[in-house]
Parts: sequence; C-alpha cells; structure tokens
Amino acid sequence: MSLTTYIIFAIIKLAIVLFVLLTAVAYIVLLERKVVARMQNRWGPNRVGPFGLLQPLADGAKFIFKEDIIPDSVYKPLYIAAPMIALILALTSISLIPFGENWKIAGYHVPLEITAFWNGNGIQDINIGLLIILGITSIGVYGVALSGWSSNSKYSLLGSLRASAQLMSYELSLGLSLVGVLLISGSLSLRQIVDSQGGSIVNWNFFGRLQFIAFFIYIMAAYAETNRIPFDLPEAETELVAGYHTEYSSMKFAMFFMAEYCNMVTVACLATILFFGGWHSPFEALHIAAPALWIAISPVFWFVVKVFFFIFLYIWIRGTLPRFRYDQLMAFGWKFLLPLSIANIIVTSLVLALRS
Amino acid sequence: MVPLSWYLTLGAILFAIGVAAFLVKRNIITIFMSIELMLNAVNLTFVAFANHWHQVSGQVFVFFVMVVAAAEAAVGLAIIIAVFRTRETLNVDQVNLLKL
Amino acid sequence: MLHQVLFIIFGVVCVAGALNLLLQRHPINSALSLIVVMGALALLFLLLGAEFVAAVQVIVYAGAVMVLFVFVIMLLNAGVEEHTRGSRVAIFLGIPGLIAFFIFMCWAIGSNGSALGQARIGSFYVPTQELGIALFREFLLPFEVTSVLILIAIMGAVVLARRER
Repeated sequence: MSLTTYIIFAIIKLAIVLFVLLTAVAYIVLLERKVVARMQNRWGPNRVGPFGLLQPLADGAKFIFKEDIIPDSVYKPLYIAAPMIALILALTSISLIPFGENWKIAGYHVPLEITAFWNGNGIQDINIGLLIILGITSIGVYGVALSGWSSNSKYSLLGSLRASAQLMSYELSLGLSLVGVLLISGSLSLRQIVDSQGGSIVNWNFFGRLQFIAFFIYIMAAYAETNRIPFDLPEAETELVAGYHTEYSSMKFAMFFMAEYCNMVTVACLATILFFGGWHSPFEALHIAAPALWIAISPVFWFVVKVFFFIFLYIWIRGTLPRFRYDQLMAFGWKFLLPLSIANIIVTSLVLALRS
Repeated sequence: MVPLSWYLTLGAILFAIGVAAFLVKRNIITIFMSIELMLNAVNLTFVAFANHWHQVSGQVFVFFVMVVAAAEAAVGLAIIIAVFRTRETLNVDQVNLLKL
Repeated sequence: MLHQVLFIIFGVVCVAGALNLLLQRHPINSALSLIVVMGALALLFLLLGAEFVAAVQVIVYAGAVMVLFVFVIMLLNAGVEEHTRGSRVAIFLGIPGLIAFFIFMCWAIGSNGSALGQARIGSFYVPTQELGIALFREFLLPFEVTSVLILIAIMGAVVLARRER
C-alpha cells in the first residue's frame, strides 16, 4: 500500500468514524432521555418528528443559535480552551479503537481502525494502544479542572475540585483492573487482546478467564471517570447547579456534553474489547455456515451490539441508582475498589503461574 | 539521524532553565514545578544514553526517577498545604521563621 | 531527515514551554506550560525508542503529578506572584554558578559530539516485555526499595496534610 492510498483510506476512515460517532452521540442522548423517561413512567421527548426521532437535530440547532455568553470575571484563555481540551481528548482516544477485522476493498487490506495500517503481511497497530488510551484519559481531567477554575465561580470551582480528586483516585483502580487482562493476553495491543479471546465464548476474559471481578472494578471506575451517575458528584445538579460547566453556554456547553458522551462510547468500546471478546461472535464455536457478506459484516455487527449494550447499561444504572455522598465515593474508591483490584492481580497471576 | 549531542544539549538547556526558575521564582508551587522540570531534563538524558549504549537500564532508571518525583510531589504538596494553613502565604520570602 | 524535523519541532516546543514556565507570573500558567514540556518530552522518548517510558511519562507526570499541582493551585487559590527582592545568595552565587555550569555542559557535550554518534529511529527499540523483565530481575532490589519509599511518602503526606486537633 503506497503512502497516497494509505492517506486516502485514513481520511475516509476518519470521516466515517467521526460521522458515526457524532450521530451516535446525538442519538444516545435521545435514547437516554427516552429510556430514563420510561423508567420513571413518563413519555420522554415525542414532539419533534415520529417518536421524537428528530429531537437531536432540534437540540443541535438550539445549541448553535444560542448566544455564547462569556462572563466578565472569567480567565478568558483557559475558559475558552477548556471545553476544546475536553472534546479533543475525547475524540482522540476513539481513534485507537479497532472495530473489527480487516476488510479487503479493491485489492487493499483495510484495517478497521484509524491508527492502523497494513504493512504487507499483517495489520500493524500501535503496540501500546491501551497505554496511550489510558494516557489520553488521564490528561482528560484538565478539561474539567481548568473549566472550573477559570470560570471564577464557587460552584464551578467546587465541581472541578471534586472532579480532579475523584478522577485521580479512580484512575488507579481503573489501571490496576486492566492488569489481569494484560497478564492473560500478554500484550498491550488492543487487536492482540481481542485475538487472544477468539474461538468461543469460553475464551472471553469475562466468562472463561474469570475476570468478572476486574470487569466490575473497571466499569465502576470508568463510571467515575466519565462523571456519570452514581458518581456524578462534579456536576451534581442538586448541590452545585451544574458543577464545572455552570458558567458555560451555547456551543461551549455542547462541547462538554459531547465530550462526556464520546467518553462513554470509548469506555463501552474498551469494555467490549478487553472483557467481552471484541468483535468475536458469541456463537463462534458452533461454526454456523453463513454467506460471505455476513462473514464480512458480522464482526462490526457484534462489536456494535456489545457497545450498545454497555451504553444501555449506563442509562439503566442512571435510572436505577442514587448519587453517592462525596466521602462515600472516596471511601468506595480507596478502601474497596483499590484493594479488590490488587487482590485480583495477585489471584490472576498466581493462577497463571501455577498453570504454566 | 540526529546527533546524540543534540538530545544532550536539549537536556542541558531544560535543566538550566529549571535551575533558573528555581532561583528566580518566589512562589513555592512554581519552585516545586521547576524541580520537576529538572528531573524531566535528567530523564531525557537517561533515555538518550540508553539509546546510545543500547542498554535497557537507562530506561529503568527513568522509572525510579519518576517514582521519586511522584513521592516528592505528594510529600511536598502536603507540606505546602500545611505551610499555607499556618502562614496563609505561598511566598517563600515570607516563610522565614521556624516557629510562629 | 524526518527524525531531525521531528526533533527540532518537539525540542523547540520543550524549550518554549520551559521558558514560559520561567516567565509567567501565575502558577497555573506555569503548570500548564510544564505539562506541554512533558508531552513534548514523551514524543522525544518515542523517537528514542522508549515507548513504554513515553506512555508512563504521560500517565504519571502529565496525568497524575501535574493534576496534583493544578489541584493544589486551585485549592489554595494561588494568585499572581508578588514582586519581592529575591534571595541575595541566588543572585550573587546561583546565577553565575548556573551560567558556568551551562557553559561547562555545552563545552563537554560539544567537544565529545563526534564520539557520541548518531541516534536513529528504530536502531534501538525496547518492547514493554523486555523492560519488565529487566525491572523485575536485574533491578528487583531497587524496585522493592522504591516501593517502601512510596509507602513512607504516602504516610508522610497523610500525616502532614491532616489537620491538628
């Protein structure tokens, strides 16, 4: 593959992923409003278009045409930069996620991942992809922290103080929960982690390899990292108005909103890749005969189904659980999740050592 | 192909800026940050020499430097908070008494 | 060629960030410029074949240590630095000493420049596995000692930051 075709394919992949991601984000918001409404015995948005399906478009138009207010006493450079930092980092991490096996289009092997390329005899992806995603999410806290500080308002400052302490605490458990998976697959490359789970549903890290404790820790820590209920203390509307983005309006607020939902999608993709076999079908061991077209499409189909499940889980939990108190949140992170993740590492490595 | 001396010179420049910031700055937090900058410059030199001698140990040492830096940041920032609590200033010139 | 261009770009970013740290009067601007320096250094580490070190540089330094700094700046509401006279020792001993040190370093590096040779992309590449093996076999004792150091640091931080009753 020459450099020109590589660049062309990269741009096409970029455009498709960006389009799908942003559309998905818009419709996840609608889905969330609908599902939470049904859980609370309401209808949810149903005025714009059939079943309210055009609601995201109306919301988008509203965001664009609202007045962009910059309060007088803010620290302007950081106030403007903070939502951009949040959105850019949220969009960057999705570019490292592999969505399926490579496709063969017009004689070219096209890996379904923005940052991968075909090097002649195999797909070359970034071999420390997981670490880079962790790095990007760990920098993501600056968007939240700086927005609160630069707004020069006490609600925002309290929200961002809470956010930076919370994100730092839960990052530890998040990183340690992945160590068990890394020990089993022996690689930091996301593609190799998925490949090591192929064959049948028993090989998925969640089922056959007993990483469900790690999955539980991961999903709890990831909910805290994305500031979602039950850990949405930084933007708790009953205590802090809207937390770190109280002073933001119009597109700047929309950027924070989009960043939050992009992060949710990334977390769902990572949960799929690390614990639920990525694009491998759950019926793989049965060897059902299928047409060629289905074989080409099915990896992406299963990947999307699993990601959709995790996003639904987010909404489900939002409709079910109340918010933690702040001291409970810290105690839960440091006194429960952290020891549990260390115990998980010890048990996993002991089992692996005894088996080899 | 970049001469190794470029990397070392960059490390020296960063270290010198770090020392200068340490000497000139009056805010305790900024002084702490200039120490981090110096440690980073040293890390660059370690990695450059690891590349030159084809030795892994140079990169392992970077980890130890990072661990020390993280420990130092934790203790140092705790001291800064304790100092601020009693003196209500972050200016090192005003923190010149052992006991209040 | 590519290596040189990348080195110059990231090197200039590093030096500019470091100078910005020196010149800015508000601690949060200094902290942000230090984060930029750390990011650029991580990319330089990648050029030198130290991919795991680069990732850890971003995760630990930019993602944890500097967040702690920004957190403390926000918590203490640190404002713009005051102008004070500064330390006399620093002006009469520190600055000349620094200049002498820098000139000596440049002389030492410059006079050995040809002996140091060239750094090539890909000539030396450390996979994560190899680094882990080195860390847990050859450097096991230092590793354990640093873990004790971390433990002591945690306890020290807890004791120092606790409010006296």
